[in-house]
Amino acid sequence: MSNNQEHKGAHPPEWFQHHFTDAEQQQESAKLGMWVFLLTEILFFGGLFCAYAIYRAWHPDMFINAHTALDWRMGGLNTIVLIVSSITMAMSIRSFQLNQQKQGVMLLVVTLMCAATFMVIKYFEYSHKFHVGQLPGKFYTFTGIEGTNPHIFFSIYFLMTGLHGIHVLVGMGVIIWLIMRAKKGHFGPAYYTPVEVTGLYWHLVDMVWIFLFPLFYLIG
Amino acid sequence: MSQLTDKYSHHAHILPLKVYLGIGGTLIFMTLVTVAVAQVHLGPFNLLVALAIAVFKAILVGLFFMHLKYDNKLFAVIFVSSLAFLGIFISITLFDTLRRGDIYQEVGMPIKANSNMYDSLRVAPAHGASGHEGATDKATESVTSGDDSSGAKATGHEGTGNDSGGAKDTGHVATGVESPKSGH
Repeated sequence: MSNNQEHKGAHPPEWFQHHFTDAEQQQESAKLGMWVFLLTEILFFGGLFCAYAIYRAWHPDMFINAHTALDWRMGGLNTIVLIVSSITMAMSIRSFQLNQQKQGVMLLVVTLMCAATFMVIKYFEYSHKFHVGQLPGKFYTFTGIEGTNPHIFFSIYFLMTGLHGIHVLVGMGVIIWLIMRAKKGHFGPAYYTPVEVTGLYWHLVDMVWIFLFPLFYLIG
Repeated sequence: MSQLTDKYSHHAHILPLKVYLGIGGTLIFMTLVTVAVAQVHLGPFNLLVALAIAVFKAILVGLFFMHLKYDNKLFAVIFVSSLAFLGIFISITLFDTLRRGDIYQEVGMPIKANSNMYDSLRVAPAHGASGHEGATDKATESVTSGDDSSGAKATGHEGTGNDSGGAKDTGHVATGVESPKSGH
């Protein structure tokens, strides 16, 4: 185990990169980089939020009619699942700060389980819509929704929740990587930056869903 | 030695557990509130209330889970600036798309059909559209049928037969409006 808590002698710890002045600066730089990435993520999702605003303004009644095809109980459950995963993610970082590696790993595993639960619920929602033909654009074959161009609602729904779902999957991959590294003892009070910046990403994914849930499931 | 230890040690701001659990509990509670409010019919206020609750939740996530309250304020500036530019992006786009039908409405409702003004607009008066097919008729119909602005917008939008909206819409109507001139 490469213990990062003891730095006796002249050799810097393994995680320390020589071009930084000290650990503090290294961590701040990593977080700055992550925040700049999150900025691009917000603008990335922002284009779709803009599309949502335009089409909802153009077809307000169609959006209200089409949203009844979504089950708010599924969306609400997913909201709570993601919030719980955000809590466990934040608590995991705290565990590594307090040198409680085992607890930290356990909380990362709980976070991963929550993310998997989210995707399973999403799978049930998607497969039902695929089955009845509530699909984007020209693939839309459902006939039960009144109003102009209900397929537009499902185009935006699948694009926004799909992009969000991809982010959840990517987050799951990163969390698995964190668990593997944490088990090797790479993280502790002196160095837990990968866990922390992954946490920032994960909270942003949660934040996006906090907006997607009322905008799609709770219209009108 | 102590200097070396300082260099590689890290003074983290560690939040007590009850902060995370308290914020998490508040977030779940607000989720239940937003679901409950959505069951009450408030008209357009439903959207406002839902967005207000979502913004409140996002602020809690940002301040406490993402440590913006305690970290370097530069991170908060980056975050807020991305939201500011997103706001500019969405609002200016909506200035365009929400007003897009208005121009067709004005053009289609001449107060005095033979007024010189319409020459400069390169638009034929409504009565001149007889015998022409296509978009002019459609645009005129949609506008003279006394629909409200949203109706006119919707018709103008559908006129293209696709969902791309935007530039195609404008191009379509413009050519349709010009064609009677060349026909005369």
